[in-house]
Amino acid sequence: MTSPFPFASIFGILFAALIIAGGLPWVERRVLALFQDRYGPNRVGPFGVLQTLADAIKMFAKEDWVPPFADRAVFVIAPAVLMVTVLLSFAIIPAAPGIIVDDLNIGVLFFLGMSSLGVYSIVLAGWSSDNKYALLGAMRGAAQMLSYEVFMGLSIMGTVLLAGSFDLVKIVEAQRGLWFVVPQFAGFMLFLIAGLAETRRIPFDLPEAESELIAGYHAEYSGMKFGLFFVGEYLGITLISSIITTLFLGGWLGPWLPPVVWFLIKTSASIAFFILLRAALPRPRFDQLMALGWKLMLPLALINLLATGAAVLAWSF
Amino acid sequence: MFSILSTIWRVFLHMFSRRVTVQYPEQKPYLAPRYRGRIILSRDAEGGERCVACYLCAVACPVDCIALQAAEDAAGRRYPEFFRINFSRCIFCGYCEDACPTYAIQLTPDFEMGEFHRQNLVYEKQDLLIDGEGKYPGYNFWKVAGVAIGGKAKGEAAREAPPTDVNSLMP
Repeated sequence: MTSPFPFASIFGILFAALIIAGGLPWVERRVLALFQDRYGPNRVGPFGVLQTLADAIKMFAKEDWVPPFADRAVFVIAPAVLMVTVLLSFAIIPAAPGIIVDDLNIGVLFFLGMSSLGVYSIVLAGWSSDNKYALLGAMRGAAQMLSYEVFMGLSIMGTVLLAGSFDLVKIVEAQRGLWFVVPQFAGFMLFLIAGLAETRRIPFDLPEAESELIAGYHAEYSGMKFGLFFVGEYLGITLISSIITTLFLGGWLGPWLPPVVWFLIKTSASIAFFILLRAALPRPRFDQLMALGWKLMLPLALINLLATGAAVLAWSF
Repeated sequence: MFSILSTIWRVFLHMFSRRVTVQYPEQKPYLAPRYRGRIILSRDAEGGERCVACYLCAVACPVDCIALQAAEDAAGRRYPEFFRINFSRCIFCGYCEDACPTYAIQLTPDFEMGEFHRQNLVYEKQDLLIDGEGKYPGYNFWKVAGVAIGGKAKGEAAREAPPTDVNSLMP
């Protein structure tokens, strides 16, 4: 089942995702400032809204430099891979009934697959830069994203079990009675942490750890190629937030207001929580990150899956 | 685990606390009267320059940003022929003010001296001299120093006694 207005949905979602991702840097700086008792950018335009525009103009005007020692083709492709994978993932997100690009019956798997492909962007960017910091960042990124993807997938399986479908629309519909954040609270927490690691955000920004690796995998990037990584990161936050909304917070469901508004409210709340985490938490050491992922989160996700499966089995009798 | 949650909660509460930023160009900060800002040269109550060109400020200056040349007018008062402060070097430490024996050089609560050209930060004597007495009203070095200048012999000023004639000190 696809949407009744395929092109309107495609361009609508693409436009909305890019607008949100474009506005997010400003939002994040303002909200971070709010948490840190500052004002943030408030000079360009009313409340500084045009700050992002100013930054974009600056980024376009920068020299688009490819280092002579870099592997040119791969170096150019890597940022595009990130954008493409993240934007493709938006195809399966139901913003409201009918507003979806493609209602895949394996939507969850498609999302997981696309976020796995996103790792290539990091690895290729770090590898082709031919720079030790970039390579270290890329290696960290690969290890981090692969390990956190394992229990990311497992943490979603609880919801999939409860809804009985990989289809995101059906998952949302299954939450009419009760949002999955209640019966699947452990899964929600695990997915939140995994999503944070997938988007490489503080506190899990080890691939680009500024104080250790300068900028990690995108250390050699400048101009709009860096801009693609930048926008890709914010697109990733938007994506993870909308996935959280869809899987655990009941998607577009909600009283009185139109479905799209509910979806946007929940997604914005989720994004705000991500920003709060950035304001509050320090970056762990890399071995701590790995230990957390494999020794704590993976067993917890397995236990959660086991318990959910047992509960579903018991209820079905 | 608990500390992480409490950190998140306490950072969240900061949303409702007052912002500490001073919105500078619209909202000026209060500067104490003794704030060490732009350097000025003051005059005494009669309008004469207080500076006696003793070079102590130039010596005290840790970054050597003060340059001056002493001269003497017809009345026998020492004064700086030129007095130049390079504010692109000045660190506003206030040592010159401490060193000054005549309260001539003073630091003021003004820091808004941004320039687009470095050369404009070199202040000459006419830029530094003000018409007032600054922080020490009523003080006039020549009136208490016991030095003879034109129109005033030794012992004629306040709290001064005429010099003793050593030849009259017979036992």
